[in-house]
Amino acid sequence: MEAARFEVKPYPEMWESLDMDVPRFDKARQMLGEVYGKMFMSQPNRPEKMAYFDDMISEIFGRRIQEMIDVKKEGRPIVGTFCVYIPEEVVVAAGGVCVGLCGGSPGSIPDAEKILPRNICPMVKSAFGFKVGKICPYFQVVDFVYGETTCDAKKKTWEILDRLVPTHVMEIPQMKNARDKTLWFEEVKDFKTKVEEVCQKTISTDDLAAAIKVINNKRRALQRLTKVRASSPAPISGKDALLIEQIAFYDEPVRFAEKVNELCDELEERARNGEGVIDSSAPRVMVSGTPMALPNWKVHNLIEAAGAVVVNEESCIGTRYFKDLIDENKSTMDEQLDALTDRYMKIDCSCFTPNYERIDQILKEYKDSNAQGILHYSLQFCHTYNIEEIKVREACEKEGIPYLSIESDYSPEDVGQLQTRIEAFLEQIRG
Amino acid sequence: MQVGIDLGSRTIKVAVVEDGRMIDYRIAESGFDPHGQALEMIKQYKPSKIVATGYGRHLAQKHFAHDVITEIKAHAIGARYHFPECTTVVDIGGQDSKVISLGANGSVVNFQMNDKCAAGTGRFLEIMATSLGFALDEFGPAALESDQEVAINSMRTVFAESEVVSMKNRGIPPKDVANAVHLSVVNRLTAMLNRVGFGESIVFSGGVARNPCIVKMLQERLDCVKVESPSAPDIVGALGAALYADRC
Ligand code: SF4
Ligand code: SF4
Repeated sequence: MEAARFEVKPYPEMWESLDMDVPRFDKARQMLGEVYGKMFMSQPNRPEKMAYFDDMISEIFGRRIQEMIDVKKEGRPIVGTFCVYIPEEVVVAAGGVCVGLCGGSPGSIPDAEKILPRNICPMVKSAFGFKVGKICPYFQVVDFVYGETTCDAKKKTWEILDRLVPTHVMEIPQMKNARDKTLWFEEVKDFKTKVEEVCQKTISTDDLAAAIKVINNKRRALQRLTKVRASSPAPISGKDALLIEQIAFYDEPVRFAEKVNELCDELEERARNGEGVIDSSAPRVMVSGTPMALPNWKVHNLIEAAGAVVVNEESCIGTRYFKDLIDENKSTMDEQLDALTDRYMKIDCSCFTPNYERIDQILKEYKDSNAQGILHYSLQFCHTYNIEEIKVREACEKEGIPYLSIESDYSPEDVGQLQTRIEAFLEQIRG
Repeated sequence: MQVGIDLGSRTIKVAVVEDGRMIDYRIAESGFDPHGQALEMIKQYKPSKIVATGYGRHLAQKHFAHDVITEIKAHAIGARYHFPECTTVVDIGGQDSKVISLGANGSVVNFQMNDKCAAGTGRFLEIMATSLGFALDEFGPAALESDQEVAINSMRTVFAESEVVSMKNRGIPPKDVANAVHLSVVNRLTAMLNRVGFGESIVFSGGVARNPCIVKMLQERLDCVKVESPSAPDIVGALGAALYADRC
């Protein structure tokens, strides 16, 4: 497929049926296609198996939505989420579909700012704006949203979002003591009850065991992708890898895992033959920090346009989503839920305090990915990541790791300045 | 002979180096056609290599430059030409300000740049000078005459501007307001310096290094540190690019 010919396919009638602002959304669709064509399709030596993921973008507002509409017709629910803390295994066990709704586009922010304060995280504003403007088919198709009490921006936005779409909230603890785990365990149980209620279905241990396998397999496939990225020359661009990590939040999990594994076969073959997307002398950068939601490719694009390659994302749209698995060898419901709770309590989000595990994890991923520098990325107004950045910086200084911290939003205004800073960082790595 | 060219948002600077020594330099407004202007400025030289830096570096590389380096690296190299031992460079240009920390061998170990807001840059000083009715080269000297400390609280250009207007309306003498404006720039700068860390001597480059009030205030702020500027502070970046061309 040529860059110029790449298109995100239109489905105006389906959008109409979802009560969307069709003319406006159609413009956004065209723009996404153009940006994607430019940023992705022209990359040199792309793996062949990226074709599936290109197609997922081409059909992002069509086929995948139709699949979800079909699921709904069978009386199974579509649950929208905003955090990797919501246990998708439970939704899958009930026959439902989980979809990540985090917003990564500046286009919907003006809609959000009609209601929300301006000085909050762009990811929250972008997502909220999609609902206000009726310009995201995923938001339109979900039966309800499950929010959480992680950061303040999200926690308080749920109260307002509830006016537009039914929004439930799970309480996520702020610390990781025994009593926090107990609280979280209770919340997981409530979540299960709620999902069962909506689906009018009782989740059996077999259902849950099967769902845990499905999601574990998805996470395993992504782990495998991360592992092969450690080889030099890099067998896949960081942009493509990030794209796959983003698609993980809306694709059908079994098919997705299969496709990621097929891609990994190709990439491992490349690694064996010493082939890559870029020369092995290109600086290898690891990105760490706040999630980059679709279509936020700003930083990866700048890094790779400057001749470097991104080899790892320590982020929720990245390794934090798939580094831990759930123990599959539990037989009773309580044991299963307990194992699930254990796995989820390992998520090292900056909303927790203290959060030493994350610093260790960053250093581990830095080594494992054979990176040569760390770029910390924080969305503007994300206080928890912005403050935790201090510790990441200190750790990098101590270890002598080249380091750059960036705080940015979705606007193109700071691209020139970011480009200079990123290039200077790469000069530092090149020495 | 090597040429370094620094394509800034407002001005273009050219430095010419031969056998590792600077032999010539030029500065001109970017105008409406920076590419044409740049070519005009370098046409009299016969360099073996041209290296571009600054905002327009990639455009230059497309058309005539052989290589590019960032402003950060260029300033690091350029500052070392004048002060071979320096470990900290402060540069305030038209659109941005930066603090660069160098290792013993002169390589960049850390740097900070201002965020996307203009506060703390040459542009900010210019906007404030205009709104107070000063020509840019009178602005620093006027501020130096003030013996009244008033403070601007806002760090954002737009808010700072309205603060300045309200100070004027309250009848505060322009020289005192000018002083406050300078102080706010220096406060920003010292905050950046503290973040990056600094050594015993600081090289101050960029057009704003010619502003006597900023230099004096910075020196006072940083007490036991020596603040030095090269005689042509605007061309440090271009010079760094030329020296880089000479090296490789
Ligand atoms: S960064 Fe924290 S709040 Fe955001 S998705 Fe990850 S775990 Fe949830
Ligand atoms: S990036 Fe930070 S502020 Fe934004 S939603 Fe996530 S935790 Fe909240």
